[in-house]
Amino acid sequence: MQCPKCHAPMHTYNRSGVQIEQCSGCRGIFLDYGELEALTRLESQWTQAAPPPAAPQAYPAAPAPAWGAPHQGHHGHHGHGHRRGFGHLLFSS
Amino acid sequence: MTLWPYGRPVSPDRPEDAPWEAAGHLLARLHRLRPAGLPGPLPVMRGPAKAARAVARLLAAAPGTPAAAVILRAWAGLPAWARDEAPMPRTDIVCHGDMHLGQLVRYPAPDGPWLLIDVDDLGVGEPAWDLARPAAWYATGLVGEAEWSRFLAAYRAAGGPAVRPGGDPWPELDAPARALTVQSAATGVAKAAAAGRELDGAEEAMVDACARIARLGVPVVG
Ligand SMILES: [Zn+2]
Repeated sequence: MQCPKCHAPMHTYNRSGVQIEQCSGCRGIFLDYGELEALTRLESQWTQAAPPPAAPQAYPAAPAPAWGAPHQGHHGHHGHGHRRGFGHLLFSS
Repeated sequence: MTLWPYGRPVSPDRPEDAPWEAAGHLLARLHRLRPAGLPGPLPVMRGPAKAARAVARLLAAAPGTPAAAVILRAWAGLPAWARDEAPMPRTDIVCHGDMHLGQLVRYPAPDGPWLLIDVDDLGVGEPAWDLARPAAWYATGLVGEAEWSRFLAAYRAAGGPAVRPGGDPWPELDAPARALTVQSAATGVAKAAAAGRELDGAEEAMVDACARIARLGVPVVG
């Protein structure tokens, strides 16, 4: 199969029910409608497994994006504050 | 790859001790270099290509998992340039290309000034990409508001061009910070799958952030 956008060959991944094609050229990901539905079902599994959002807190003084974590608070000491053991993320690619 | 014998500047578990001011200041100075004044032409910064590679690695390692579905949805909502599918909006700024706190060392050790190292990925591109990792850490709650504000203030004070000089910087930061969140989540899930282990707390926080990005309602398109 060829990429509809740049006509490079597509690689198909299909191991657990969801078929995803990624273009080897432009790296675009292409999904058909059935795949989209499967993706949505899987997504809701993650969301249901996630803990309920923390209670609303005061807005931080620094602006944050709409998708920011709900528990980020003043000076990082509200809610969870700093998560333990994440330091490796700050120091690696 | 160069070996840097100076050791890590701070403990990775104490981000409040990290040299946030030095990081912001050095990054701003790098971004203010004129590409034309450098000895040779620079390649295009590879940040978006690295993010795309992380997603490809995720697809190979953990397809069909709820985490991968969430990450893919967040990825699909990014602008094409952030997915390495279109040219970057600007290529007039010298970028580090792989900015994180491990790229700062004191030279000479242990009390010399901070240096920004490991410029293997140096290239011209969208400078907000270099701020996007700290921005993503702040947005996902891994780094507190105080640390983020120190970093951003130092960057702005040194005349960094990636964000507007005052006010809300997120119009510039949003797309790159989402991309870095996707990249971190994809890398974490792929690593966990390869090792046959559960996600750790930080990896889970990154996938949770992808779920919130996905819920912003951006359609999945080819
Ligand atoms: Zn293509």
